[in-house]
Amino acid sequence: MSDQYLNMDLLRFTTAGSVDDGKSTLIGRLLYDSKSIFEDQMEAIEIASSNKGEEKVNLALLTDGLRAEREQGITIDVAYRYFATPKRKFIIADTPGHVQYTRNMVTGASTANLAIILVDARKGIVEQTKRHSFIASLLGIPHIIYCINKMDLVNHEEEVFEKTKKELVDFSSKLTTKDIRFLPISALNGDNVVNRSKNMNWYEGSTLLHTLENIHIASDQNLIDCRFPVQHVIRPQKEEFHDFRGYAGRIAGGVFKKNDEVVLLPSGFQSRIKSIQIFDNELEEAFAPMSVTMTLEDDLDVSRGDMIVRVKNQPEILQDIEMMVCWMGEKPLLSRGKYTIKHTTNEVRCIVKEILYKVDINSLHRDTEDKSINCNDIARIAVRVTKPLFVDKYNINRTTGSLIIIDESTNNTVGSGMII
Amino acid sequence: MNRYHLTHLKELEAESIFIIREVVAQFENPVLLFSGGKDSIVCHHLARKAFYPANVPFPLMHIDTGHNFEELYKFRDELVKETNARLIIASVQKSIDDGKVKEEKGINSSRNKLQTTTLLDAIEHHQFDCAMGGARRDEEKARAKERFFSHRDDFGQWDPKNQRPELWNLFNGKKSFGEHFRAFPISNWTEMDIWQYILQEKIKIPSLYFSHQRDCFIRNGVVMAKTSFTLTKPEEEITKMQVRFRTIGDATCTGATISNADNLEKIIDEVSSSRITERGGRADDKRSEAAMEDRKKEGYF
Ligand SMILES: Nc1nc2c(ncn2[C@@H]2O[C@H](COP(=O)(O)OP(=O)(O)O)[C@@H](O)[C@H]2O)c(=O)[nH]1
Ligand SMILES: [Mg+2]
Repeated sequence: MSDQYLNMDLLRFTTAGSVDDGKSTLIGRLLYDSKSIFEDQMEAIEIASSNKGEEKVNLALLTDGLRAEREQGITIDVAYRYFATPKRKFIIADTPGHVQYTRNMVTGASTANLAIILVDARKGIVEQTKRHSFIASLLGIPHIIYCINKMDLVNHEEEVFEKTKKELVDFSSKLTTKDIRFLPISALNGDNVVNRSKNMNWYEGSTLLHTLENIHIASDQNLIDCRFPVQHVIRPQKEEFHDFRGYAGRIAGGVFKKNDEVVLLPSGFQSRIKSIQIFDNELEEAFAPMSVTMTLEDDLDVSRGDMIVRVKNQPEILQDIEMMVCWMGEKPLLSRGKYTIKHTTNEVRCIVKEILYKVDINSLHRDTEDKSINCNDIARIAVRVTKPLFVDKYNINRTTGSLIIIDESTNNTVGSGMII
Repeated sequence: MNRYHLTHLKELEAESIFIIREVVAQFENPVLLFSGGKDSIVCHHLARKAFYPANVPFPLMHIDTGHNFEELYKFRDELVKETNARLIIASVQKSIDDGKVKEEKGINSSRNKLQTTTLLDAIEHHQFDCAMGGARRDEEKARAKERFFSHRDDFGQWDPKNQRPELWNLFNGKKSFGEHFRAFPISNWTEMDIWQYILQEKIKIPSLYFSHQRDCFIRNGVVMAKTSFTLTKPEEEITKMQVRFRTIGDATCTGATISNADNLEKIIDEVSSSRITERGGRADDKRSEAAMEDRKKEGYF
């Protein structure tokens, strides 16, 4: 056995596209061709396919896990799938495409490094393509791959691909995403998914799997702005660690080094990093997204919700916050409504001061007239929180720039916010 | 690998430690469900890392069917001693003796399903508000939709169609009186990640995972161990076989694999070339297509 696994990294991606564009088939194909489907799983879906009277084995059944989904033949919730090649481990968030499941797509997109958006070669760009692209860019996914699928149904013609690609290039110039790629595939037959297509010799780019394996993601983390939200204070009640006060948390940005001068928020006290450790292993430096324990030179009063940052590079300390919000609650968002907000390791209450506009997620048009914000709507709002939060803009830092909104009567998560 | 880029195992570890710490921050009385299997051993290892140099600030709870392998009990007790852990044992035998559940009858009977009652009773008795478990999303398709923080109503039931959205690394553990949570810190790990991590971290695991000789018989194509509590039919011939276990559950429903893999490197090679999932050998999942979803709704791990 080789030690190759010590060199593998992790890529999280989400799949989008309208109903029947072939998302589930594509995922099934990736799993199948990368030999991540096991015999007993295959056997189970073979039986399920033939029970439904289908002739071919329906690879989509691999991802549609809940009983209701199999019965209705659609994906309702986010399902997570896993596969690995010798280079990378992949986590797929398979999300539903219908408008009424926008919130699930937002959920899947929130942690993704990359989005695959499927487009039916016969139909070209449709409303859903625009909506999914907008969500991917709103959620700050750094890479988008448009897969023009069902090329087998358009005779594998280059012109069809080029025409759709041009439409997509024009449209996507409005998005903030920098890295956008295009691939002609047939998910059903596996062309250009894992293996190169013999039917599309005109295509000289790499296959989907090769792209996924090689896309550069190391620089997607913010390694500049040092942010360490304190999650938990460790005080061992043991003789040998009598004076130990460790601040446990996950680095949300930047590289912290031993002896760095740091400032503690909100108190503003300054100190130096005395040690950084994971378990009994002392480190010289640590970076996002590592979970570590830090100690400081000085004995300060630090608790959960505080943030350790560099003296010369501090987040904004805000009580009035503007954000794009994706509403996920059954009840509409209330102007002047009061909610709980979770941001990094902080929890505060807020009041909604103003609904600025709602986004028509198909046309990207801003609607300043209709301000009723219902489930799956995306809007720009302003809130005031009960105590200051330490924030960065979402497009600078996806951890310190994001928050969730909780309904205080049901405890449900009803909104997700991206700070502007 | 770039100096400021994590390997997949380091990134998974960082995520899991974050979740375990979040459980401790958000709940008053959490517990880690501990079966003695590799997934719960890895969870316990991660918990030790999360709070070092302090002790793990929650107990381990073993839902003991009474039908486990001897090696497992021995391993469990050693681990508890070595790591200074607190262990609570909730006994299925006691639930049977108290008349709370009825033992299944017949040749394929298993105590697997009975565990749910024992688990829910123990959670209520100890007033745990969050039970962490080592379930992974790659294990089974109903698990693929499970959240890291999974909300349970006051009957301990799971409603898969009405789950809270879970975004970024912001976990919502808010609940009403009487409700509790399940949390799954290693949701994003696969069987292979677990083995690689055990190798990387040199984590001790029960000898049952390594190839050894054992009295076995074959039922429905699955190799089963002969123990004092497994019933066999006359035609089921007991022979010595060279086997190991890929998962360790109740001895009555966990199949063994014929294998010569007697160290971690060989196990990893075997797992990477295996064409059957680890649950493929578990009789409990074969009962119906939605067997796991149904058991989970009732409150199973
Ligand atoms: N001809 C052809 N059919 C496809 C292709 N990809 C998917 N399909 C079919 O399109 C239908 C919808 O696919 P599915 O994967 O369920 O789409 P989803 O709704 O996006 O998950 C199924 O009948 C698939 O067999 C393709 O590349 N070529
Ligand atoms: Mg689908």
